[in-house]
Formats: sequence, C-alpha cells, structure tokens
Amino acid sequence: MSKEPVAVVGIGQTQHTAARRDVSLAGLVREAALRALEDAELTWADIDAVVIGKAPDFFEGVMMPELYLADALGAVGKPLLRVHTAGSVGGSTALVAAAQVAARIHRTVLTLAFEKQSESNAMWGLSLPVPFQQPLLAGAGGFFAPHVRAYMRRSGAPAGTGSLVAYKDRRNALRNPYAHLHEHGLTLEKVRSSPMLWDPIRYSETCPSSDGACAMVLTDRAGAARAPRPPAWMHGGAMRSEPTLFAGKDCVSPRAGRDCAADVYRQAGITDPRRQIDAVEMYVPFSWYEPMWLENLGFAAEGEGWKLVESGVTELDGELPVNPSGGVLSTNPIGASGMIRFAEAALQVRGEAGEHQVEGARTALGHAYGGGSQFFSMWVVGDAPPPG
Amino acid sequence: MTPAPSSEALQAPLVVEFPFTRSLGPVQSAFLTGLRERTVLGVRTTDGRVLVPPVEYDPVTADELRDLVEVAPTGTVTTWAWNPSPSRGQPLDTPFAWALVRLDGADTALLHALDAPGPEAVHTGMRVRIRWAPERTGAITDIACFTPETGAAEASEPASHRGAFTDPVRGIVAPARLDYTYAPGRAQSRFLAALADRRTVGERCPSCHKVYVPPRGACPTCGVATAEQVEVGPHGTVTTFCIVNIKAKNLDIEVPYVYAHIALDGAGLALHGRIAGIPYDQVRMGLRVAPVWTEDGRYPDHYRPTGEPDADYDTYKELL
Repeated sequence: MSKEPVAVVGIGQTQHTAARRDVSLAGLVREAALRALEDAELTWADIDAVVIGKAPDFFEGVMMPELYLADALGAVGKPLLRVHTAGSVGGSTALVAAAQVAARIHRTVLTLAFEKQSESNAMWGLSLPVPFQQPLLAGAGGFFAPHVRAYMRRSGAPAGTGSLVAYKDRRNALRNPYAHLHEHGLTLEKVRSSPMLWDPIRYSETCPSSDGACAMVLTDRAGAARAPRPPAWMHGGAMRSEPTLFAGKDCVSPRAGRDCAADVYRQAGITDPRRQIDAVEMYVPFSWYEPMWLENLGFAAEGEGWKLVESGVTELDGELPVNPSGGVLSTNPIGASGMIRFAEAALQVRGEAGEHQVEGARTALGHAYGGGSQFFSMWVVGDAPPPG
Repeated sequence: MTPAPSSEALQAPLVVEFPFTRSLGPVQSAFLTGLRERTVLGVRTTDGRVLVPPVEYDPVTADELRDLVEVAPTGTVTTWAWNPSPSRGQPLDTPFAWALVRLDGADTALLHALDAPGPEAVHTGMRVRIRWAPERTGAITDIACFTPETGAAEASEPASHRGAFTDPVRGIVAPARLDYTYAPGRAQSRFLAALADRRTVGERCPSCHKVYVPPRGACPTCGVATAEQVEVGPHGTVTTFCIVNIKAKNLDIEVPYVYAHIALDGAGLALHGRIAGIPYDQVRMGLRVAPVWTEDGRYPDHYRPTGEPDADYDTYKELL
C-alpha cells in the first residue's frame, strides 16, 4: 500500500525574542499552537495526536516537559510523543509527526517544537565538567570555529564569505516579523568589523539566543482538501545520524548530511538540487555553515559553496535563495530552530511567506542538524501533491 | 545485572547544580503571590470544578482558564505516605507524611508535607490546616507544611478572586541539584593511568585498525571492542584551530589563546588542546607540537612547537 500524502495546512510561530518573561513554557507553546490551528481553521477537537520536540531537558531544567504541556496542547486523551535529537530536533519532530499521517495512523497531527533559552543555560547544559575528562577550552563558537578554518583551507574560500552570509540573513530577517533580530542599521562594514570572537568567527556571524516556539498542523489528502489556504505537500523526509567524533569523520562535510540529502532528493525525484529547488531554509548557526552546507547538500561541488555566496546566488533575489526568513542567524530558540526551517520552507511553497516570499517558489528544502553534526533531518516540500 | 567495577576502574562524585529561572505566566503568578499573602487560589474549569493548585489550561477541554477562586486553608487528606528519613531540601527535617490534601472548596488535591508525630497519627480523611511559613516570598514553600486540625469541613462555595496583588511574583528561581557517581570505565581508566606516566595510550580497532585516543573501549564505526594498547605521540600535528578572544566562564586562561585540534603521531583522530610557546597569530595548520606537562596536571597543560618542519597538508587532511 502506498503512503498517504502529507500536507502542511497550518503554521504558527511566536514572536521570537530574547526573553518572554510574560509567559510560562505552557503559555509559549500555546501561542504557536493556536496560531497554527487558526491558520488551518481547525480546533483542538480536530487534532488526533500531538508530537513535540525540544533540545535537552537540561536547558530549562524541566524534566519531561511533555507531561506538563499536555493540557496546553490539548493532548489529553490523545497520543502525545516527545522527540529529541539535539539541535535537529525541530526537523525530526516534524518528520515523526509526518510519518504518523503517511502511515495512516492518524489523520491530523499537531507538531510543535520550542525552547525558552532565557530560562536556560545551553552552554552549561552541554559542557558539564565531567570528572577525569579534559575540559573543553572554548565556548560553543570555539567548538565550531576550527571546522570553519578547515573548510577555508580545503576550499580556498576568502575570509569575507562569512560576513556576506551574516549580512544577507540579517537583512532577510527585517522582512520577517517573527524573527528575533531586526538590526535596522546593520551594514556589511559593521558585520566585517564586529569583534573576532573565535577567529575565524566574528560576533555578527553567530546566532542569537531566543525564546520561541513553532507549530505545524499536518494532515492527509482529505484534510488538505478542506484546508482554507494552499497546503504545502511533503515530497520527501529523511534523517541520518553519526557519532560526534570518530576516526574518519569529515567535520566539514559530514557523511550523514550527504546521505540524508541524497535520500530526501531520491524520494522527491530531485536529481539536480541547484536547478530543481527554489528556496532553502538551512540550519546555519554560524554564517560559515552556509557555504559548508551548500556543498554538503549538493547545491555546489566540493570547495565551490563559497562561490555561490560571493556571487549572490543565495540572496533573497538570487537563483537559490537560502534562509529568506533570516535563518538561525536571526532567530535561535534551539529546539524550535529546526522546525522553523521546515515551516519556513512550507510557507514558501504555500506562497504565504509575506515580505520574505521567494517569488514563484514551488519546491523548497528544510534542513536541520544538531549535536556536533551528529543528527541531520530534512524535508522537501512542494506546492503540488507528490505524484502517485 | 551490572558487573562489579573492576579494581582498576575509577570513580568520582559528579554534582550537577544549577539555579533555573521560571517565568510563571498569569495563573501561577497569582497562585504564588497569593501564598505570599496567605491566600490559596484555585482556578475554575470549564465544567465548574476547582483545581488547586491551579493550571493555565483545562485538562479536559484545553480551554484557557483564568477564573480564579479563593479556597480555605483547611482541608482533608485524600491519601498519604510516611517519609521516615527526609532528605536535603524537603519541607521538614523531621519525619513527616507526604500528603495529598483537598482544600475545602477545591475538587483536586495538593501535594505537601504533613507534620505529624508518626504514621499512626495520620489517616486518609483526616482534617488538616496550612501552617504558613513566617517569611513568605511567593513560593510553594510559603506553605511550611500542613498540621492536624480538629474542625469539620465547612461547606462553602469558593469566592471569586481577581488574582490581583500589589508587587506580584512573576518569576521564581528553582535550584536543581543532581548527585551522581561517575565511573569513566576501564578504557578511560587505563588511559588515565598511562597519562600519569606522561604516556598517551590509545586503543586500536581490530577491524578498521584506527587508533582511538582517548580510547572508548569500542570502535564507534565498527561496533567492536578495542583492546590492543597503542602508545601514540608524544609529538603531533595541529590539524586545525581557532583563536579564542573572549574569556570563557570558569577558565582561567588569558586571551587571546589558541584552541587546537592535535593529531598525535599514530592516532586515528585529533584530540584538543591549547597551543602556547608561540605568538597566537603564528599558529598554523600543520604546526608540529609536543605536550608540556605541569607537576600536578592530569592532562598536558598545553602543547608547544617542536621546531620540526610543518607537516604536509596531505598527511593530516583526512583527520579534519
């Protein structure tokens, strides 16, 4: 029996910001969930199951938050699942929810991911001083910066590529009312002269720390037929994982990412991603990861990703707009960041992205990764149902 | 069954402690501020029940709940368990009962401590009263505990309450602490024992022949145990690095400094360390380095240049 086609009929986000002190965790997720229901013109009674995700419980220190959030998400009497795959969790949560529809287990599923970074301490949660182990001698950026240097060496990318990406994403964010950072006075010169934190990564090339949630309503063909607004259709979804460290790991272009992309393209019938995909929402916490992922995801040959950036291909009006929403560089509620990528990809093919709409976007890729390039999750969405 | 730790395996306490902050939202803010004012608030659900402690969203209908009511400081024990040996941070430091108390006017029960001389003095259905803490801050601990009460339940309809107080509590700090015993396991214990002699000893995978440093006891790629001990280094190559310009918390290192990935000669993957003994802006990929030990350090304090010619990129590019 073939899979049921999966449609995105509702999308909701909170206004992402540094600190939402006016709401509890329940109040935060509720906002995104209600907006997704409103978008789909559905009520709690129309939802058959709820699938939620977030980064480690340690971040906010609420153990198994799904138990406490069941009331806020109307999950009482329904299946409620929690997914965790580090920073990629927003993406994998959506894929778990989508699988329930595709397998005809449930007809309409609410999926949601969140993080309240202001009530969290991610660095502390991720780098506990474990006895006998050598402490990490650098912060989060210090963990990733050596990989960026390795990329520069391998590809010959000029030192300024990272600033171009950051400037692009922050300008795109000005068009996205839900984005956390709205840096109106930003210039490329300001990005280029921002403090060098973990050389080669500058301050303006790093992501912020945000409070936020993102929700989607996924449904079957019958649900999509009743939807008040155009649905986004899932054409493929894939996850891959590999150890954070192992002999032979390619930290610049991890194999799990390449394999995950190949799988999702195969499902979606994509043989030339550069030509066939109209918009990309990729997980770029440090700006240099845009050229790195362009190669990892097959949009550019190895060593060529930076050339797409330098020539403006990934700009909002370029041939392959990357992160029209402003991306993780402008909004980073860690657990939600992956789902925001997936949701923004869906908004593009629905034609509902507002000021940051990529004109004529029919096929889009949502991408998330996490845990020291350990987990990858991706989906391809389109404006038409998948064939078959 | 967990095998008994071998005598060579190490153990150490690992205490994880953090003060988490919580924004309360409107309902919990009113509830905790109420406790500060010796007022217990519940919330009325869509079907008319009164929940204490209150919740923001209806457990049955998922409706948003904001209809606050005040309930009595007296109630009835619905069930309980005796706690003979209170631990750190519990409401009382003498033996007490954990009790679920349905306050008069409420339809649900609140979990708290009941101060009683012994388990024989506690029974389901007994009447209890709140003992307020002398100093109240807007926290569940503003109820110090419950105490036995002689009066019968008063049948009274709980009164509506606006939940408005001056200077409301909007957030709390919830200190969390976990006490673990950490055991690094046999492979890492062997590694640490060799480090004490300033030797770096990894383990070779019998299948892919890569040498893991530090060893993990198994190869994560092949999924087989590693046992063959292989000494690597002491010299190595900087494969990549960054220059750290901002001071990290809990690290007493003057910035800028270089944080590097170092592939010790013979190792199948790089480990990390600090590079010193060379100006930070002269560190480069391919630089040959050697460990520098201090008297009491478990790990090398840093790595210094050896003066050898730089390693050719092709010799370490697979280790990036």
